[in-house]
Amino acid sequence: MTEATPGQTVGPFFHHALAYPGDAELVPFGAAGSVVLHGYVYDGSGDVVPDAMIEIRQADASGVVPAIGGSLRRRGHGFTGWGRCCTDFAGHYWFSTVEPGAPFFAVTVFARGLLDRLFTRIYLPGADLDGLTATREADGRLRFDIHLQGPSETPFFTFPRS
Amino acid sequence: MTTSQHEISDEIAKIQADSPRGAPLLDFPPYRSTLLRHPTKDLQLVDPEGAELLAPVFGHSDVDPVESDLTIQRGGEPIGERIRVHGRVLDGDGRPVRRQLVEIWQANAAGRYSHQGDQHPAPLDPFFTGVGRCLTDDDGWYSFTSIKPGPYPWRNHHNAWRPAHIHFSLFGTDFTQRLITQMYFPGDQLLALDPIAQSITSPADLERLIASYDHSQSEHEWLLGYRWDIVLTGSHATYLEPTDD
Repeated sequence: MTEATPGQTVGPFFHHALAYPGDAELVPFGAAGSVVLHGYVYDGSGDVVPDAMIEIRQADASGVVPAIGGSLRRRGHGFTGWGRCCTDFAGHYWFSTVEPGAPFFAVTVFARGLLDRLFTRIYLPGADLDGLTATREADGRLRFDIHLQGPSETPFFTFPRS
Repeated sequence: MTTSQHEISDEIAKIQADSPRGAPLLDFPPYRSTLLRHPTKDLQLVDPEGAELLAPVFGHSDVDPVESDLTIQRGGEPIGERIRVHGRVLDGDGRPVRRQLVEIWQANAAGRYSHQGDQHPAPLDPFFTGVGRCLTDDDGWYSFTSIKPGPYPWRNHHNAWRPAHIHFSLFGTDFTQRLITQMYFPGDQLLALDPIAQSITSPADLERLIASYDHSQSEHEWLLGYRWDIVLTGSHATYLEPTDD
């Protein structure tokens, strides 16, 4: 096995390069059967992180992980199962998507001040996994906050070959 | 009085003597913004499942071929040293990553990003956004035409300067291979002073982020070529494949 190229921070100036129209809308906002997955990103002092980027990868509602293109120029048909959202000034991210027919959303976190990407999972309500389970809000949205550090630090993962 | 480069370099040297490591340390105090943004608990080792085993797919409907040339996007010639950066994206077993998305972004020749948050008082270039995309070909090759980015100051410590670099965003065949990193240029004296580059505490591993000058890609009276290959982590989909060694 060859040694992998090391990562580096995404830095502060990525929005104009990595954000694009429709990046966070895996399905159009408000579409029948859609759900909003959202939350805030916090640092170790409880302050919001306004320069983070979250990506999700997921199965469709039937549990199949799609392998089709079109995520960068969404044309309103075909669910690609991948999306990206840069946090706003309030540290907030959101996706319009469908609830996967699988236990979790796979998640990658990038930020200024974070020297390499972090992986985590967002499980659907009911999974009851500490720090990894979304809650359902009264209006139906799924809420999951990401804590890079601190008493509620989100569990982050590494995989055997990474 | 803010911290001096000398103090930052001392901090870096102490950490590097204690823990040479190929991947960047997440807890790396010489880069001050890491202090409240690095996880304090160990990363949990898990076997990937479901969506983690399959990277997103991008196709020709996603990327316009002109997006790989950063010198023709704004209807005029950007100022600076014209370059081509090319190389291969390979997975951890040496296989090419085919038809996959590569995204780049960078400062202009004066060291200024076309980003509203960049307040460095260097000129913006109306003909340069510094943003590009391409898909790798069937052998994993990518290629961008651009302008050599300038170094720029930042506020980590007194008289702090980032070495010239191009940000790269990469996908593999598994979601677990996702990588964002920075490519540096050979011979840059700022690399040794830079807390972001030096967070890769093993010098041999930092070398993996430095492109080499590639005269075979330079074009007569037109541009200078650089070669930079990228190796992602191993794919899990092929984990059980037998090997000779």
